[in-house]
Amino acid sequence: MTPPATNKLLEADEAIRLTLFDGATVMVGGFGLVGKPLTLVSALLRSPVKDLTVVSNNLGEPGKYLGRALLLGKIRRAVGTYFTSNPDVGRAHAEGALEVVLLPQGTFCEAIRAGGAGLGGFYTPTGVGTLLAEGKETREIDGRSYLFEKALTADVALVRAHRADRLGNLVYYKTARNFNPVMATAARKVVAEVDEIVEVGELDPELIATPHLYVDHLVLAKERL
Amino acid sequence: MRDLIARRAASLLEPGWVVNLGVGIPTLVSRYLDPDSVHLHSENGLLGVGPPPPPERVDPNLVDASKRAVTQRAGASFFDSAASFDMIRGGHLDAAVLGALQVDEQGRIANWAVPGEPVLGVGGAMDLLSGVRSVIVVMTHTTRAGEPKLRRSCSLPLTSLRPAGWVVTELATFRVEEGGLSLVECAPGVSAEQVRARTEAAFRVKLP
Repeated sequence: MTPPATNKLLEADEAIRLTLFDGATVMVGGFGLVGKPLTLVSALLRSPVKDLTVVSNNLGEPGKYLGRALLLGKIRRAVGTYFTSNPDVGRAHAEGALEVVLLPQGTFCEAIRAGGAGLGGFYTPTGVGTLLAEGKETREIDGRSYLFEKALTADVALVRAHRADRLGNLVYYKTARNFNPVMATAARKVVAEVDEIVEVGELDPELIATPHLYVDHLVLAKERL
Repeated sequence: MRDLIARRAASLLEPGWVVNLGVGIPTLVSRYLDPDSVHLHSENGLLGVGPPPPPERVDPNLVDASKRAVTQRAGASFFDSAASFDMIRGGHLDAAVLGALQVDEQGRIANWAVPGEPVLGVGGAMDLLSGVRSVIVVMTHTTRAGEPKLRRSCSLPLTSLRPAGWVVTELATFRVEEGGLSLVECAPGVSAEQVRARTEAAFRVKLP
């Protein structure tokens, strides 16, 4: 028997209105604009939300998508790995308008995975003895030094997948996968933007990378690369 | 000059290796590799990176870590970023080719923080240095102003306490061994004295 198809499909603006709030921490998938939920980010730009903490590898390109959210003053704090591609980030940081938390990219992903897995943090060899180790506990394990890194979680994750079924199972596409699957595990509310929604049973269970229990809402992509 | 460096670095990679290429000169290394021999890994989630496609076949959702359009080779696999860094940190990659701004006498590199600018980008460099078996640094021997990049110590923040394995410039190839740099090869027409004159770091000469 086919399980009941709960209706997770929403319009982008409604999904943003239902999940985001002032001061929220929001994870946004994507490596640059590849795998970024562009339709959802555009809806975020139209919404009145502000004072966001954005957890995303970078803050888009100058004036576009998350880069635009920064210029609109919606982002108070950014957690990521590579902000050098958008000079507006450096400017906002220098003016004191934006707090930046910089993590090595492997630490960033692992912190999100730990958050989604119910862990408090983890020890990694990456960054030991560097500027990014300042203020963090160092511990020797079997003769090697490791840094303690805290897990990351969020109120909301905005992710991009290729196909979903009506339950919210997700399948990804090529390098647009990137940070999306781990982010989908680490937020209290998860909105997935997809190219296509199919009936339950149509996705090959062997290929589902994000099982439906992680996904609260589905939105059809209207803006694509 | 950049191609000369890339070609030399490519010659250090062995058949069957899984290799990650960084941004800049490292990207050029792929031009000098036998694609059936070396498997290219890209930290944004692809093992089996193929050459850039012709313009009419560009897929905007298929890019490497430099955000260049690429292709996928037969036998390629896609995975998420966390799995990609498991491979890197967990010691499953044979080599990484990385650019650097400075290298110290112990072979430790600085390649993430730019002088005079706030530290706002690190990407995957620190993870690659902490986990990949053999790190090959490729860079021009001196800065545009003619200052040596191989220095007694780095004035810029280090990327890792773990040293690289090799340093390749347009003048010479160095191997990092026993806690120091060894000059193992000079470019054609270049003498060890000429390399010495443009290098601040101490090094042993172990030419064949």
